[in-house]
Amino acid sequence: MPNDAYIALIPLLPLAAFVVLGLFGRKSLLRLSGIIGTGAVLISTGLSLWTAYRYFAACLSDGACRLITPLKVTWLTFSPGLSIDLSVILDPISVMMIVVVSFVSLMVHVFSLGYMKGETRFGTYYAFLGLFTFSMLGLVLSGNIFEIYIFWELVGCSSFLLIGYYFDRPSAVAAAKKAFIVTRFADLGFLVGILILSFHAETLDFHTLIQRLTGPSPQLASITRASFLGISLLSWGLVLVFIGGAGKSALFPLHIWLPDAMEGPTPVSALIHAATMVVAGVYLVARLYPVYMFADPAVLRVVLYVGAFSALFAAIVACVQTDIKRVLAYSTMSQIGYMMFALGTFQAAGEENTLGYTASMFHLFTHAFFKALLFLCAGVIIHRVHSNEMKDMGGLRKLLPLTHGCFLIACLAIAGIPPFSGFFSKEEILLAAFHANKFVFAVGLFTSGLTAFYMFRLYFSVFWRRQSQDVGSHHGEAPLTMKIPLVILAAGAIFAGFVPFSRWVTYDGAPGKGQGIGGFAIAPVMLALLGMLLAGFFYQKESARPAKAAAALGGLYKFAYHKFYIDEVYSFITKKIIFNFIGRPAAWIDRNIVDGFMNLLAGVTARISARIKGFQSGRVQDYALYFFAGVAALAVLFIYIYT
Amino acid sequence: MNLSLLVLAPLITAVAVLFCRGLNRVRWVSLAGASVQLVLSFGLLALYWKERAAGNDAAMLFEYRHAWYLPLNIWYHIGVDGISVAMILLTAIVMEAAILVSWSIKTMSKEFFTLLLFLSAGAYGFFLSLDLFTLFFFLEVSVIPKFLLIGVWGSGKKEYSAMKLALMLTSGSALVFIGLLGLYYHTGGAGGPHTFDWVTISQMQFPAEVQRVFFPFLFAGFGIFTALFPFHTWVPDGHSSAPTAASMFLAGISMKLGGYGCLRVAVFLMPDAAREYSPLIILLATIAIVYGAFATMMQKDLKYINAYSSISHCGFILLGIGMLTRTAIAGAVMQMISHGLMTALFFAAIGMIYDRTHTRLVGRLGGLLKIMPFISTIFVIAGLCSLGLPGLSGFVAEITVFMGSWQHAGEMYRLATILACASIVITAVYILRATGQVIMGPVREPQYNGLADATWNEKLAGILLGAGIIAIGVAPFWLNDLLASGVGSIMDHAEKTSIIK
Repeated sequence: MPNDAYIALIPLLPLAAFVVLGLFGRKSLLRLSGIIGTGAVLISTGLSLWTAYRYFAACLSDGACRLITPLKVTWLTFSPGLSIDLSVILDPISVMMIVVVSFVSLMVHVFSLGYMKGETRFGTYYAFLGLFTFSMLGLVLSGNIFEIYIFWELVGCSSFLLIGYYFDRPSAVAAAKKAFIVTRFADLGFLVGILILSFHAETLDFHTLIQRLTGPSPQLASITRASFLGISLLSWGLVLVFIGGAGKSALFPLHIWLPDAMEGPTPVSALIHAATMVVAGVYLVARLYPVYMFADPAVLRVVLYVGAFSALFAAIVACVQTDIKRVLAYSTMSQIGYMMFALGTFQAAGEENTLGYTASMFHLFTHAFFKALLFLCAGVIIHRVHSNEMKDMGGLRKLLPLTHGCFLIACLAIAGIPPFSGFFSKEEILLAAFHANKFVFAVGLFTSGLTAFYMFRLYFSVFWRRQSQDVGSHHGEAPLTMKIPLVILAAGAIFAGFVPFSRWVTYDGAPGKGQGIGGFAIAPVMLALLGMLLAGFFYQKESARPAKAAAALGGLYKFAYHKFYIDEVYSFITKKIIFNFIGRPAAWIDRNIVDGFMNLLAGVTARISARIKGFQSGRVQDYALYFFAGVAALAVLFIYIYT
Repeated sequence: MNLSLLVLAPLITAVAVLFCRGLNRVRWVSLAGASVQLVLSFGLLALYWKERAAGNDAAMLFEYRHAWYLPLNIWYHIGVDGISVAMILLTAIVMEAAILVSWSIKTMSKEFFTLLLFLSAGAYGFFLSLDLFTLFFFLEVSVIPKFLLIGVWGSGKKEYSAMKLALMLTSGSALVFIGLLGLYYHTGGAGGPHTFDWVTISQMQFPAEVQRVFFPFLFAGFGIFTALFPFHTWVPDGHSSAPTAASMFLAGISMKLGGYGCLRVAVFLMPDAAREYSPLIILLATIAIVYGAFATMMQKDLKYINAYSSISHCGFILLGIGMLTRTAIAGAVMQMISHGLMTALFFAAIGMIYDRTHTRLVGRLGGLLKIMPFISTIFVIAGLCSLGLPGLSGFVAEITVFMGSWQHAGEMYRLATILACASIVITAVYILRATGQVIMGPVREPQYNGLADATWNEKLAGILLGAGIIAIGVAPFWLNDLLASGVGSIMDHAEKTSIIK
């Protein structure tokens, strides 16, 4: 595909919107800012779809997908060979991602036209959305490992700005800080990982790096020979990069920022904390997948277990949360856990199993639709009842018929009921896990039952449970700008599963075989139905059943309700240990010991000078006294020496 | 280009200011003088590029030499390479901004602006000098006025701070002077006269034991300026008592004199000693980075926060220099420029906040974004630059230092690099704590509500510094190219003159 430089416009248009709205969006362009932001993303989305169409058409005619680098500009050269290039690469996953990111971003832009209407900082909001969209598109198009780190930090920053959008709320500020600091901590791993990998591979370019670290080369020899604590630096580098990914993707134990991040405006949660930014970690591992496959199998096993544990852990917590957005946040964490462990299923017993890669990317794709839809529906609900708490909701199905329908579709999709999109991708993941590791497969299966349970718990509590309310039923459900994105995303949640995904998105670009799911699907679907039934039994009508069940579970319920006290552990480590035992002493030592020593030096000098300045009294008698005393002392000395 | 213009411009302005009557005239003449400096330094940049593009690959351009005191063979010898051009640009930008934010100085404004201009003359002279004596002379010129600026126009325990700063910095220059004399008396070994001339000295090789003795004097002496642990304690007191413009100059430029001196004099002229002392330098730099960052976390006063964070950030300069790899040194110089702009912007924003709210205590501020959006924005930009956000200069400088440091494969060096990397997390903690409390959150005191946002001069200062930060952050290649030849010559020189192969 020649003349593909236009692809740079896909991220640059939202950037332009950010710059324009950042400069003028507070006053002169306040009213127009929604249109400007949405317009820019609309064009980006069009270009992304066009690119995807051309790219996959080319795949079809060539028989395999190739890696294309339409653009490469040197940004900062460290030494020959090591330079940060701003490049754009097209391969199946980056093309898939630009479609997802720009499309969901467009939906959120449109939705926000209605949702954020009347905000005084409307322009700033759209500016930040533009910044995020730019950074995220840049991230997925990156062809250089440091370039991806740059955009990685930028999405983190835009996430900070958007979580803290309601900056006069202390809870929003705290959440924004927490999100930034926790992901920053994980990024430290990413950064050191980059240093390790690039030092040995002698390049920062993804393509070259992968080539050098997966085939016989002096670079590969050097990185596997070098080791630290008995583990090769290749494994260290990959694990550290994975830690960076785990932070961004809110995997256990770095997930604590995600539920709090729900303090941001709900459309932002849909975009950043559900569909796009949080899957960046999965994308990062997928980007380096050939190296992960090639390295010590232990590395992917880490990915496998961390992913599986996060999926289960988050699903358990999601079952007992009472804030609608927090349930969705934990569900996001759980679904990302699925995507991550799917990547970890490569080492099957005795054979190589690349289905996991495709499945993971497929789930990322379908998840973006139904999870964004869930959040936007939650936005409509919150907009109407002015509360995030499920206890303030109930019986909303008559009041919000369209939202009800869309929410139900999304719930069916996430629960994995055929023929909704989530079914296909989740079955593929479970199939990959089945071949790789029976234990993880069991965890995944059980979690899919839990998923159905907590989603329908949410669904029944919000839309059923009580008689229809008539909170302000005099005005309509929502403005058109909010309804349209719901309908479009609902269509996506239904049909995205039919995209012939596994044919084209494979780790090496060769067309996949497309394994049939068939009878394998029976168990997971039955389990999901069971989860739904249980949820209906507990929550479809107001009853004492949930309270009884909670009481029966006792300690476990309390533990899960308090999110297993992970937050408390962190706060103990940071506040009690780091602040009191490192920060405070450092500040104290600096003032009292290091500076104290300097002051002591000055003080001693001053005291000595105060003592000896008396010698210069100006009185002749004193001088005469010193003189004779001196003569006498010398005389005594000489006499002593010479006798 | 006649480089002496850069020294003369501020001196002439300083004298002109003395003859001005009325506050307004004093301000405008100073601003005009600073703008002339700005134009001159951008002109210098353009001419420098033109020369380089024309294929002139001499190490130093626009050299000029004039006898100063022949009996001791002291010359006024000046010239520039890419590194000095960058430092001169930094000085000009910071000075312009410093004059702009000093608009509100009303007491003894004439003296204030004169002293400020003297400082900049000293800084230009220092960055231009190719004669070690001239270099030392200008170093002193840029120390003494600071004593007065803090002592007279300062706040808090200003007498104590002024004295402390002056004493510690003059001890630093005393050490430098001993080092310079040591070099001077070891030149001219083949019967020739002793010389202070940097170019001549750089062609000599000093015996290892001479280097071993005099390198620490020079490095520690200059190091005191750059907040070398444990001689950094003047930084918090000095900055917190200084008036805004003096803080900006102090942190933005003065601390860079030290880094520049370490590089240009200590490391360049005594590469073997630099290599020998490298582990010690790295140890002290790493302590400064990590310990400075932790100490920052506990500060409650905005100026103390920025002062302590400067200790931590200047540690990157020393770390880069100590690592002695091409990339690390390039990173160190970038960090000098980046930190100069960033910290000046930070102090400017803090000064603006203090002027309005009369407090710098984090706990007593809050919600300023609502009241003063412009000031809050520059505060946030400075903060994000400090925590190394891509797109701003701090990121570029830090990753260049990290990449360069990682090239040093020894285990202790690696550990130092990882610790330095870890400091970016701590930086995020203290920057976000301060931002969250001061800029975001609910408005803390009702009387803040009516406060005005930045005035035109303050806005101009903020935009100027912010533009510099963004220009480096978005397009670092121009700075990298500018520095490449200078950094390259340091490393080539080190390899060429090294006795230990």
